[in-house]
Amino acid sequence: MLDDFFMRAVLAGLGLALVVGPLGSFVVWRRMAYFGDSTAHAAILGVALALAFDISIYAGTLAVAAMMACLVSALVSRGQAMDTMLGVLSHSALAFGLVAISFVPAARTDLSGYLFGDILAVGRSDLALIWTGSVLVLGLLVLRWQRLVTSSLNEELAMAAGIDPRTERLILSLALAVVVALAIRVVGSLLISALLIVPAAAARGWARTPERMALGAGLVAAASVLAGLWSSLRLDTPAGPSIVAAAAIFFLLSQAMRRA
Amino acid sequence: MSALIESQGLTIHRPGTSEPVLTRIDFRILPGEIVTVVGPNGSGKSSLIRALLGHLPPASGQVTRRKGLRIGYVPQRVQLDTAIPMTVRRFLSLPRRVTDAEAETALGRTGVPGLGPRQLTQLSGGQFQRVLLARALLSQPHMLVLDEPTQGLDQPGIVAFYKLIEDVRRETGAAILMVSHDLLVVMRSSDRVVCLNGHVCCEGTPQHVSGAPEYLALFGADAEGTLALYRHKHDHDHDHMSAMPAHAHGPGCGHDHSPSPAISGTP
Repeated sequence: MLDDFFMRAVLAGLGLALVVGPLGSFVVWRRMAYFGDSTAHAAILGVALALAFDISIYAGTLAVAAMMACLVSALVSRGQAMDTMLGVLSHSALAFGLVAISFVPAARTDLSGYLFGDILAVGRSDLALIWTGSVLVLGLLVLRWQRLVTSSLNEELAMAAGIDPRTERLILSLALAVVVALAIRVVGSLLISALLIVPAAAARGWARTPERMALGAGLVAAASVLAGLWSSLRLDTPAGPSIVAAAAIFFLLSQAMRRA
Repeated sequence: MSALIESQGLTIHRPGTSEPVLTRIDFRILPGEIVTVVGPNGSGKSSLIRALLGHLPPASGQVTRRKGLRIGYVPQRVQLDTAIPMTVRRFLSLPRRVTDAEAETALGRTGVPGLGPRQLTQLSGGQFQRVLLARALLSQPHMLVLDEPTQGLDQPGIVAFYKLIEDVRRETGAAILMVSHDLLVVMRSSDRVVCLNGHVCCEGTPQHVSGAPEYLALFGADAEGTLALYRHKHDHDHDHMSAMPAHAHGPGCGHDHSPSPAISGTP
């Protein structure tokens, strides 16, 4: 079964859908949409460094994305305006990444692969990494669910219950870094935050509790993966963007049905 | 009786500076007491509360909380992120999960039974305050801390809310520490009032504080009106008030001029 590239693509996409549902919900709840962007853009810098130093792409992107996550958390805790900081960091990271990658001849030809991902080229080892990472991050979120939800809802209430909101913020940032690193193969760094935000936004209209929203977002993400890959197979559209386009259509449908 | 929370010489600085928000505060609250902190904007009321709860580190002095003290806290202006879908029932289970029966009992006690399936964002201001109070009661606290709990409520809503607070104290025996702007109602429902303006200006029974010159200086005409209404409702206090010499208090004055325990704040 794993010999078929299409089957591997489906499994990689579903593995990611498992974790982007709940994690994307937190991104929406905490208005961290641009946070995802800046981490994802930083990942391009990670790709460049990984190619230059000949280390694994996953390790490179994970390291840079995690550094970015810590940096943003620290700056926000010091009272900088979140949107300005993210704007500065996000685009600087992308610019430095693109400059750095131009020094690596091997990567220049391959750049669109990292910007837009290449889910159809996912190998067995990628698959193993994606599923391991997804399950670990999901486990972490489930384990700390009550704390994370409380501090996302209101930091004062969280502190009164003995929860340190800074710890929870850091945990979410690092989880985001891991997922960005995993997803760069699948949808590429330009569309990762779309995969986090769009399914969660689609599920928001229907959900009455945080848990249902996370579950709904996961289902929308999984359906988007299947629809996008189907379109890629039948209509020969690019796979990563097709997945995000499918998610966007689900979002529109959810809005239309909600109004009706 | 030992204090639930006590502060000695508590000084708090504005975060990241050495500018004091509060200077040498001695404060204590006893079991079952209703204490209200009043003071103008920027007088450090919320900082005091947060320092007592341990959310703000003291620059000097110390805060002692009784061992095993359970506190139910309703912060100021709880702004919930509307992006999170949340029913009242689910909210009551954050962060500690409670049974449906516990949740419904708490909602019933605060006068909003059956609100469980509603979304938090669909509640009125008064309903939301009651839900917050219900959630604070779920841990069976020894003490409730309410930071401007009636902000945004209309006058009948405010009166009803303070009546509820008194009921809760009577039923649960919990001490209550409040920050408030609603001078009139505060005066009626508190055992003790602490008037704050960076330091403790004056402190004591509502009758004492409302007659203190520092208090009148801080609240001016508003306080005069409060006092008039207060006296109107409790004219037996006139003798005590007139017996009290009107003298100026130095900063940090915490002594109590009320002549006898006969004048308790609750009508």
